[in-house]
Amino acid sequence: MTRPLGQRVRRVAATTAGAWSAARDEPAPSGPEPGAAPLLDVAGLRVRFRSHGRAVHAVQGISFTVEPGQTVAIIGESGSGKTVSAYAVMGLLPRTAHVFGSIRFKGVELVGRSERDLQQHRGRNAAMVFQDPERSLNPTMRIGSQITEAVRRHLPLDRKEAQERAVELLGMVRIPTPERRFYEYPHQLSGGMRQRVVIAIALACKPALLIADEATTALDVTTQAQIMDLLLDLQQELGTALLMISHDLALAASYAEEVIVMYAGRVVERAAARDLFGSVRMPYTRALLNAIPRTELEPHVLLPVVGGLPPDLSAVGPGCPFAPRCPDAQQDCQRLTPPLEEHEIGHWWACWHPCEGGPGEGGPGGAKEAAQ
Amino acid sequence: MTPPAAANGASRPGGGDVLLEVRHLVQEFVLRDYGGAKGGVLQAVSDVSFGLCAGETLGIVGETGSGKSTLARSVIQAPPPKAGAVIFEGKDLVGLSSRAMKPVRRHLQIVFQDPFTSLDPKWAVSRIVAEPLVAYAIGSRRERRDRVNALLDLVGLDPARYGRRHPRELSGGQAQRVAIARALVLEPKLILCDEPVSSLDVLVQAQVLNLFEKLRSDLKLSYLFIAHDLALVKQVSDRVAVMYLGKLCEIGPVRDIYRQPLHPYTLALLASIPSPTPGKRVTRGVISGELPSPLNPPSGCRFRTRCPRAQDRCAAEAPELRAVGGQGHLVACHFPLTGGSSTPAESTAVRR
Repeated sequence: MTRPLGQRVRRVAATTAGAWSAARDEPAPSGPEPGAAPLLDVAGLRVRFRSHGRAVHAVQGISFTVEPGQTVAIIGESGSGKTVSAYAVMGLLPRTAHVFGSIRFKGVELVGRSERDLQQHRGRNAAMVFQDPERSLNPTMRIGSQITEAVRRHLPLDRKEAQERAVELLGMVRIPTPERRFYEYPHQLSGGMRQRVVIAIALACKPALLIADEATTALDVTTQAQIMDLLLDLQQELGTALLMISHDLALAASYAEEVIVMYAGRVVERAAARDLFGSVRMPYTRALLNAIPRTELEPHVLLPVVGGLPPDLSAVGPGCPFAPRCPDAQQDCQRLTPPLEEHEIGHWWACWHPCEGGPGEGGPGGAKEAAQ
Repeated sequence: MTPPAAANGASRPGGGDVLLEVRHLVQEFVLRDYGGAKGGVLQAVSDVSFGLCAGETLGIVGETGSGKSTLARSVIQAPPPKAGAVIFEGKDLVGLSSRAMKPVRRHLQIVFQDPFTSLDPKWAVSRIVAEPLVAYAIGSRRERRDRVNALLDLVGLDPARYGRRHPRELSGGQAQRVAIARALVLEPKLILCDEPVSSLDVLVQAQVLNLFEKLRSDLKLSYLFIAHDLALVKQVSDRVAVMYLGKLCEIGPVRDIYRQPLHPYTLALLASIPSPTPGKRVTRGVISGELPSPLNPPSGCRFRTRCPRAQDRCAAEAPELRAVGGQGHLVACHFPLTGGSSTPAESTAVRR
């Protein structure tokens, strides 16, 4: 394996291995302790891939934290780096990815861990639900066996106990008649039911963090509402933190406590959902918000749009990445990259010329609310 | 907007400028078990009727498996429906030979959901857009080239820059624009749009939606716009039809449907939409349960297994589409949410 010197991920001293085995034996802490360290602490994370001889800077220095039991949403378009960030947290990035920075889970550094350590991390600490339940399940295995497999992989249970646990999990994700469903194959289930099975597998070992990567994107609106309700219910029951990865700002507004907006590998705005949607400051977030069709709008109304495409992540120049598309861009936006700073308490944005703090100012929805 | 002449679509021919009329359309698929034995009949669309006027956009909404895509395909006779009539410009398309269909298809184009699977990956953009002209032997090579360039310009792609590219060198939004250009090149009267923006990012989706709007007003197009997102459909439609398990639940003018939904299913769909308005949460548990198997649909009203207002009558007899409320607003429900013979159930019944 070729490993460019000095570019490879930072290796962490072997002394932390003890922390892993200790964490393995302890049950996951159930509730948030006041003043405790965050569950997940991502600091200055950068991920670079090599593609056709060019370096693609997929994630360019992002930092965020997730507290135990919290719901955080990462929002962005395709190619904004949201999924790569989630994969980094899971330790699922391919070997070809160069990861810099720090990802601490319950205080333990993940960047640079061996695959064996990461396997312990996955499932136990953090689990992931992917977009397409069809592709995350094995079509040739009964769903019961797939859940049992995940249970036995991480918990010291014999076959019978694991099966009981699997049926229990199927019941927990509100699948009717779990004893019967246990023996069914994925193709016998609907999309929503399959996603419930995937959630059951993800929750098999009571992870402290559940990452839902576009988990409801492939589902119908009614099913989406059911699955989101289920995730929030389970979060209440189990005290799991939820990291939602989505392109849908409306979904984040409806379900998340904290929202992180990513663009071109950077975090451009971050705030509590209430504050963010009440007072959008970053023009990109405003553009996203205004582009959502809403039932409050009249038919045949043109949506306010921004032109252009996201920048090429292999040729990152100076300046704000959104500047070429930004309606408010000025001279200095092209030259200097605005840093992500906490301009108001709990509200971070990276913009030299932020919007006025109106709700989606310039948008029809915003105008309506301002009138009230 | 002229009120739709064929509001119920079933029996109002000659109502002026009716472009498309679908009457009692039924589409079935025979499922085969091992060895080719008949495994059952799936009725994907059962007894659907509606009309569409020239210059009008009818949105069709429904969940996966509601039969909305099958309906669109039945309209373009790919494959022809099992029963019923599809009257386009006064001519019944059902049963026409493929030779007789060819001149009709010129005015009846379709844009699919995934541009990358509906565009030939080995062809350059200009050749893709020119293909319909070649198929209909229209114009000289030079005229075709000019027409293709004009079309690419119209959909917002610079012909000099994108004409020689291949689909893989385009983003999703650009590829969908190519698909739209290809659908427009023959100057059709009606375009069927089958989830044309579902695979696009929000910003690009808004751009393409605006493009559809611009083309509609510039070229006087009619759309049959299929989507699963009610908010999106509202943006483009004059009238909306809601489908559930192969049946039409409700059809009517956009404003009426969104202001006063009559069918409990429409209300559930509306309540499921996450809203970006802060503090406005989705009503929890809008409807429970799953779409029943289309192989064995429930008796009577097909929505009754998930409906909070269902009564004995709903299982016994299937509700017919009937006018309730405003003009041209039809609903297939024994106990619609307002008006008519309503139950004492509260209007907030759609909750757990």
